[in-house]
Amino acid sequence: MMYMNKAIEELHELLKSGEVTPEELVNESLKLSKEIQDKCNAFVTIIDKPKIMPANENMLSGIPFGIKDNYSTEGILSTGSSNTLKDYVPFYTATAVKNLEKCGAIAINKTALDEFGMGGTGTTCHTGTVHNPWNLKRMCAGSSSGSAAAVAAGVYPFALGSDTGDSIRKPAAYCGIVGYKPTYGMISRYGLFPFASSLDHCGCLTRSVKDAAIVIDAMKGIDKNDQTSWDSSNMHLYESIDGKVKGKKLFYIKNVVDLENYQNPTEEFKKHINNFHKTLEILEKCGVTVEGVEIDKTLLNAIPSVYVCLSCAEATSNMSNLTGIIFGPRGNGENINEMMKDHRTKGFSPLIKRRFVIGSYILQKENQEKYFVNAQRVRRLIVDKMKELFKTYDGLIMPVGTGIAPFLDNPKDSVSNDDVSVLEEHLQIGNFGGFPSITIPDGFIDNMPVGINITSNCYDDINVLNIAYALEREMPYKNQIAKESEK
Amino acid sequence: MGKYKAVIGLEMHCELTSNTKVFSSAENSYNDTPNANVRPVDMAFPGTLPVVNIECIRKALLMSMVLNCTQPEYMYFDRKNYYYPDLPKGYQITQMHAPVGVNGKITIDVGGKDKEVLIHDIHLEEDSASLDHYRDISLIDYNRAGVPLLELVTEPCFYSAEEAVAFLEYMRRIYQYCGVSEADTKKGQIRCDVNVSIMDEDATELGTKVEMKNINSFANVYDAINYEIKRQTELKDAGRYDEVEQETRRFDEETGTTIRMRSKVDAIDYKYFVEPNIPKYKITKEWLEEIKKDIPMLPRERKEYYINRLGLLEYDANIIIKEKDYADYFEECVDIGINPKTAANYLIVQIIAYLNKEGITLHDFYLTPKLLYQITSELDKGTISSKQAKEIFNKSIMEGKEPKTYITSDNAQISDTDALNSIIDDILNNNESQIEAYHNGKTNLFDYFVGQVMKETKGKANPTIVKDILRKKLD
Repeated sequence: MMYMNKAIEELHELLKSGEVTPEELVNESLKLSKEIQDKCNAFVTIIDKPKIMPANENMLSGIPFGIKDNYSTEGILSTGSSNTLKDYVPFYTATAVKNLEKCGAIAINKTALDEFGMGGTGTTCHTGTVHNPWNLKRMCAGSSSGSAAAVAAGVYPFALGSDTGDSIRKPAAYCGIVGYKPTYGMISRYGLFPFASSLDHCGCLTRSVKDAAIVIDAMKGIDKNDQTSWDSSNMHLYESIDGKVKGKKLFYIKNVVDLENYQNPTEEFKKHINNFHKTLEILEKCGVTVEGVEIDKTLLNAIPSVYVCLSCAEATSNMSNLTGIIFGPRGNGENINEMMKDHRTKGFSPLIKRRFVIGSYILQKENQEKYFVNAQRVRRLIVDKMKELFKTYDGLIMPVGTGIAPFLDNPKDSVSNDDVSVLEEHLQIGNFGGFPSITIPDGFIDNMPVGINITSNCYDDINVLNIAYALEREMPYKNQIAKESEK
Repeated sequence: MGKYKAVIGLEMHCELTSNTKVFSSAENSYNDTPNANVRPVDMAFPGTLPVVNIECIRKALLMSMVLNCTQPEYMYFDRKNYYYPDLPKGYQITQMHAPVGVNGKITIDVGGKDKEVLIHDIHLEEDSASLDHYRDISLIDYNRAGVPLLELVTEPCFYSAEEAVAFLEYMRRIYQYCGVSEADTKKGQIRCDVNVSIMDEDATELGTKVEMKNINSFANVYDAINYEIKRQTELKDAGRYDEVEQETRRFDEETGTTIRMRSKVDAIDYKYFVEPNIPKYKITKEWLEEIKKDIPMLPRERKEYYINRLGLLEYDANIIIKEKDYADYFEECVDIGINPKTAANYLIVQIIAYLNKEGITLHDFYLTPKLLYQITSELDKGTISSKQAKEIFNKSIMEGKEPKTYITSDNAQISDTDALNSIIDDILNNNESQIEAYHNGKTNLFDYFVGQVMKETKGKANPTIVKDILRKKLD
């Protein structure tokens, strides 16, 4: 009997009835971890002997889960998938993880990510590339690559992710699962290794909307260690999901998902866009109104560069603590500066170094106004535009990316040319505004999953979950486990 | 100097007192054991976040008001990015865009004259760790990392080392008076950066500014300024003023000179930007009003009060306001009914001398104003002599017992005329030859008789009464 492919609700019932014990679940999850590690290289650490927690009334008690390796876990290696922290064992646990442990959830492994979350391919982890369980030759996207791969492969029902640009929501789409990041500050970031503090969100990857709600209910909460966290104790996500969406109004950015606006679209791209519109029809059948809204192309085109400016600038500063002096391997050198330089030169991947150079350049006194401050202004303009639309609409609905997960050996294929960059990067809007945003699977192209995203105004998490749930109910992708294909 | 004018600006860093550090829940207290007051955030372990200590903001705002600055509408912080081993995060959280106070001014006293000092800004930030350098290694102590610091930046408005140091002294006092800092230079709680330039007396444009960093005592500030004025003057006199470079120097205590650290060209770009982990915090008018109520009477106001209302001499008043402890002690004395002049006398002549001798502060001083009152009230009544009062004062602080235990019937002053009459009669009967000599013109023998009475009574006789009786009996 397999259990790890089941939803949390069902596992909870099975645990409560005594049909299965937490120990059996842990053993199954550990066994699957090892299998998936061989195939997908999804983990930095598989925990030897996870502490077994008894099953009780809490939905998450006795349930195995995975933790992205950029969450600090006391006594357990936490690397951020970076050589700069390859031996780092923290002595404190991130608040979000602690909250889950309090519920009795059992951590099974630490999942690989693009180094410190600063990538979208799953190819920059210090432990090597993460492979997509649907097709090992393809990528998972990133940065929550290992978490997405493991949940999709059925190692456990949920794993933690973090999302600075789309790091939960894009891998979820490429792996055919659910990826949800709630409103900024709903989950404490204390213990999450920072990439860009004003854009960083905690969140989760699951195989159903209700599971996502259960997990975030447990992770969230105001935290005295994170001043940007807020009290959401009156919000009960799981209990609030009723699937009643009749009369809701959604919009999509018309000029971005109109095939006519693209020259020479590929077949895959056409299928992707058509699939999106088909999904909208399902929603409409549920009584949801969906309208296309044109948004100024200039504003939309600015999204990727605003993101690069702000995220690289904050990242440069956030990662200045990685010097190898207090933690991480000591660099060699005659003096402290040489030691720090050696540590950082050896420790970081070229991609990160590139981002640091960009970040430093942007923050330089003579460039700040032109790049950093302007990027902040445009961020504000984009957020204001969205908030204005959220007055009329209950949310934004968009396809995730331009198609299916690209091949690992030819990632350039996917790299956006200007034509599709907005479609590739629009999820960053959710980070600019701190908006709740969820991706759910909505179909297949060439046996590979694709996803759709719903984003709403701040604090409107229940609404986002409800619409996603209603849509999920009408489609056959809930709780799907990756079936490896060779194509 | 003469033909040149020196222009000096100051940056004064002062550690605030608080229960916990400014962005960390670690204790903010001096600790001999290195790395004892440390939380994960103080060592910048990955994933840690700053949390603002509201008490530090309150104290910073209070000082902002004392300095008559403008307060910002929103409180927020900036990151100052640079790499240094004493800065674990690789950036310092400080205030650049919206300091807690800007455009202030305060009047100080320099050599008996008023001087208005212009404040550019005052801002709240975190201290760095401290480094101990040894021959082969350096050790880092993170106890100080994250300790709240207030940095006060003046306009270049001082024209001599005297003025600059008078300001620092006065500010140190203000910090203590307001209870925001111990402001103890010996504990490294105050550190200064000083910039100095010289210009022709009649020039309108400032000369080249030279900055001296991290000077840890006011005496050194004084010496550094004067050395720098001299150095720049000599270069200017020699026609080599172009050698005065806009640069950062440090003061070398041993040689009393300043030594070049780096030129302005090598100045670090700190890449300031708003700290994203601390949300903007609205400073309400109500809160400011509330904080304002906590501003105590400041030394200048107190001095005026002592002179004009309590009748002290300016000299005495100046000594008393030097330390808040002195002023508080003095005022408490006056409040419980000790004559201001008596209280001032005791404080200045006896108590401060004693504190200095013993190297202690008023907090450790046994004789509280209430206990002192036990002495002064008896002195006023004439029960004890001032000599006795002094003895009781000394005994009381030596033995740690209340003064009243020494004011008993047998050591009280003898003012009883009958008793004194009989003692004096005895003495006069035994000194007939001296009486004769006195009557023959040796009038200075009067003091001899007084001395004899004092000897007989072990100094307890009331001298005024003794003199009265003696005069009657001898003349």
